[in-house]
Amino acid sequence: MDCHFLLLPPMLTAHALRKTLPGTPPRVLFDTLELQVGAGECVAIVGESGSGKSTLLNCLAGLEPVDGGRIEVGGQRIEGLDEDAMARLRRSAYGFVFQAFHILPHLSLVQNVALPLWLLRTDDKEAEARARTMLTRVGLGTRADDPPHELSGGEMQRVAIARALVHRPRLVLADEPTGNLDPVRASDVLDLLLEQIRDSEAAGVLVTHSRVAARRADRVLELGVQGLVDITERA
Amino acid sequence: MSATLHRLFLASLLRRRLATALSLFAIALGVALGLAVQLIHSAAIDEFGRGMRLIAGEADLQLVGARDGFDEAIYPVLAARAEVAEASPVLVIQARLPGREDALEIHGVDLFRLARVQPMLLPRAAAAADAADTRFAALQPDNIFLSDEARAHLSESQQLESGEFAAPALRGGELVLQSGVRSFALRVAGEVPAASASLAVMDIAGAQQHFDRIGVLSRIDLKLAAGVSAQMARQSLATLLPPGLSLRVPEAAASELSTLSRAYRVNLTMLAAIALLTGGFLVFSTQLLSVVRRRREFALLRALGMERRQLLRGLLAEGAAVGLAGGLLGVALGHGLAAAAFKFVGGDLGAGFFRGTQPQLQFDAMLVVGYLLLGIAAGVIGTWLPAREASRVAPARALKAGEGEYAGLPQVRGGWRPGVGLLVIAGLACILPPLNDIPIGGYGAVALTLAAAVLLLPTIARGVLPVLRRGRALSWRLAHARLSATPGQAVVAGAGVVASVALAAAMAIMVSSFRVSVDDWLAQVLPADLYVRASVSSGSGYLDGDALARIAAVPGVATVDTTRQVNLRISDEEPLFTVLARPVRGNWGLPLIAGSSERPARVNAADAAGEIDADLPPAWISEATADRRQIGVGDRLTLPLGGQLRHFIVAGIWRDYARQHGAALIESADYVALTGDQRINDAAISLAPGSDAATVAAALRADFGAEHLSIALPGEIRALSLQIFDRTFLITYLMEAVTVMIGLFGIATTFAALATTREGEFGMLRHLGFTRADIGRLIAIEGALTASLGVIAGLLAGAAIAWILIEIVNRQSFHWSMDLAVPWGALALFASSLIVLAALVARLAGARAMQRSAALAVKADW
Repeated sequence: MDCHFLLLPPMLTAHALRKTLPGTPPRVLFDTLELQVGAGECVAIVGESGSGKSTLLNCLAGLEPVDGGRIEVGGQRIEGLDEDAMARLRRSAYGFVFQAFHILPHLSLVQNVALPLWLLRTDDKEAEARARTMLTRVGLGTRADDPPHELSGGEMQRVAIARALVHRPRLVLADEPTGNLDPVRASDVLDLLLEQIRDSEAAGVLVTHSRVAARRADRVLELGVQGLVDITERA
Repeated sequence: MSATLHRLFLASLLRRRLATALSLFAIALGVALGLAVQLIHSAAIDEFGRGMRLIAGEADLQLVGARDGFDEAIYPVLAARAEVAEASPVLVIQARLPGREDALEIHGVDLFRLARVQPMLLPRAAAAADAADTRFAALQPDNIFLSDEARAHLSESQQLESGEFAAPALRGGELVLQSGVRSFALRVAGEVPAASASLAVMDIAGAQQHFDRIGVLSRIDLKLAAGVSAQMARQSLATLLPPGLSLRVPEAAASELSTLSRAYRVNLTMLAAIALLTGGFLVFSTQLLSVVRRRREFALLRALGMERRQLLRGLLAEGAAVGLAGGLLGVALGHGLAAAAFKFVGGDLGAGFFRGTQPQLQFDAMLVVGYLLLGIAAGVIGTWLPAREASRVAPARALKAGEGEYAGLPQVRGGWRPGVGLLVIAGLACILPPLNDIPIGGYGAVALTLAAAVLLLPTIARGVLPVLRRGRALSWRLAHARLSATPGQAVVAGAGVVASVALAAAMAIMVSSFRVSVDDWLAQVLPADLYVRASVSSGSGYLDGDALARIAAVPGVATVDTTRQVNLRISDEEPLFTVLARPVRGNWGLPLIAGSSERPARVNAADAAGEIDADLPPAWISEATADRRQIGVGDRLTLPLGGQLRHFIVAGIWRDYARQHGAALIESADYVALTGDQRINDAAISLAPGSDAATVAAALRADFGAEHLSIALPGEIRALSLQIFDRTFLITYLMEAVTVMIGLFGIATTFAALATTREGEFGMLRHLGFTRADIGRLIAIEGALTASLGVIAGLLAGAAIAWILIEIVNRQSFHWSMDLAVPWGALALFASSLIVLAALVARLAGARAMQRSAALAVKADW
């Protein structure tokens, strides 16, 4: 395993994270959770349904508040940021891959991929060129100008991967990225996602139910109330 | 089915409360407006009919003629006929009350005939010291009897237009009235107990004498002999009648009034129909979007065994429920509107057809059921297409996850052919002649143009959107891309906007053209410095030769021109025809559109009797007369004047916005020579250089008594006329505002529904770094863009509809032409405000989508 990322400062740091769900008494999802992911490293988080995997991902994305602890992305603390500042940070530092793809049906593939660059006000020509390059990297270079409704599920997810990485984010968060795909396609897409994350030197956090998928990551962590437990060896 | 229906379909309406409420409200408004117009009109006609029945009593036929009356010589001829059992002569005077602005309707009657023909008008004398006095009170020429309503009304002081108060007309048992330019008093000797209207009764001879109408009658009410039908009597008596008189059944007066106001009423009903149509569009939009959202739900139901027909029925039931609820609300609202209109505007909706009547609101079950059905129809028709679409979906395909639902975008395909086809048919409809004075073709063309504009919306979107591609802001780009990819969305959201903008723009252009034309016309017909009149109807207040000489003698008066106005009865069917007698040749103030103020050199028709047309006096006819009689310059015009048919040669056609049923203008000298009538209604005064209108007016008031004359400057008449004009159109402005509101509802419901279906998209954008404000901006821009397309289509359709209104509808209903005057500024302001409002409304409607957590939204599987 290429472990060069161990030598670099971590891209994502979560320290003493605490999240409880409201109720009487409040339910503790995780407490004193620690997580560090380096550039080019991919971490898979597994756990039982309802263990809080997606919630953790949302906390890391700044879309849900934490009840305690600290999160740093590329050295910047996020837990104190207001909603708008967090949105601006997500534009440049985050990439997302969703289970349901979320490709805009009224934009062509290249436009879908260029979306994050448009948000960052990148020059139109440059944005298009980078989006095309990205589509070529995910194997859809010849279909850049097609509308999305002609694509299969696997191809949609490839577009989503291109969109997640086109603006060179520091952190890519993927929630069940293969949940809607058949096993063969799932395997291909996952390989592509991990490869692209590594190539881009971003940090990748992947939430999944599938142990098979998780095993492809550099580390496999299991989420429980006590926090994350490294089960890479067992997985 | 009923439990299923309730749980699956009707419950869905409750889940999307906002959209349901808005479409329901839109239908309610359409129903309410239409119903209110009908209710107000039928109540006003009813009230008028009641008044007519009271006055006509048990008469089977009425002999009527010109408004100023006819020669009483016909009375003994009719009374002696075997068909006639009883003939009761009546002289009706609209008596001017000096110093006041109202008038009293006095019926001069023959008491001995009254008891048998019109018993409701029988007077009862108040107890007097001398019994003989009481017995013969009704025969005394100086005695008058008042109905309770008239007594109450006349005992009160009246607030004048100027704000001052006029004293009660009834003082110390005496009533002060005006004849010519002098006052006189009658003794109030009792009451008319059975009369429920504001009127007075006196002996006919006394009335003729006091009002200088010796030998003149307004009406003869006939009771026919047993076994003689009204139809038979009309036929046999018709030959006895001199020209200008007609025999008709008493109910004909109400139907004549109904004819008078018909064009105006049909206009308002059409506006209401467009409001209802817009409501139907709204149901279409919301149902279509709801069907798209529930696609998978329907597919599941179908997979579980629900029949295609059941699904269709269930969805149609949803539409019907919305229509029924909207209809019920509309019926209630319509009655409220009608009641409010009676209170604030009057039974004529400000148009002046039913002045003086005080109608009562009545519940008409048939009318209510009819409008309820219309509401339900709007709901069902609006749902039809979406329901059919939903029932045709193949369950297996729709159930497959990720199957492209296009995020809730309905795929409305829109070629340009159907729209252009409708426009062609609209053009052809414009050629159709009017049916019964109703411009059926014109209204048809308006509806077709509206439908064409809606159908052409995607084509317009495809044409306009590429032009707007320039924007760099991401929200603009995304909104633009979305609309470009799915022009169908523009149809769904913008259809209501198209209809309401088209209507508002058309009305604005038409009313502005009309107002500018009326203003120009007023300037042309009011060239004098000062106008003097004794009363609107010359029956009581009028000017004569003596009065004219006194006017001319007032220092500062250079010349005096006179106008005599009489209303003639041309035929049994037509409303009264106005003849104006005034100096024309070499004179000013005639807004001619054809011919000249000189006698035409060439005449068209040779007369069968060999009469030489070249010697006939000239007449200038209004556009309405030219249209109705199909005559032009050089043709012959025949009028019943002075009990004979008189011929004129048409010298010109003039624009007349005052009399939609036709008027002709003849030289004063010709009129006097033909009729011997010397009375004058109006005097137009030109001032000598250096003299002042106010001084001359003061001198006239001092000479005649201020209470006997109304004196006006042309500017005042113009301002008053325009004020009346604006009041007439007030109701249409209100109805326009309502349809524009319904159009905005369309934007709101569509965007509310779209926003819910697009929660996943917005969630994804939030992940990518869109702030809530960015999403709000995106929705607002989409709303503005959609509205802009609707506004563009609406303005184009509005211009076409304005042309139809001006050239077809107005020409055919009212027979008047006007010059086009487009209110560019107002239209631009209206269009841009509507776009801004639409952005705002869309943003507000989409607010719910932004409230949802972005993290949860992306979980939704769309």
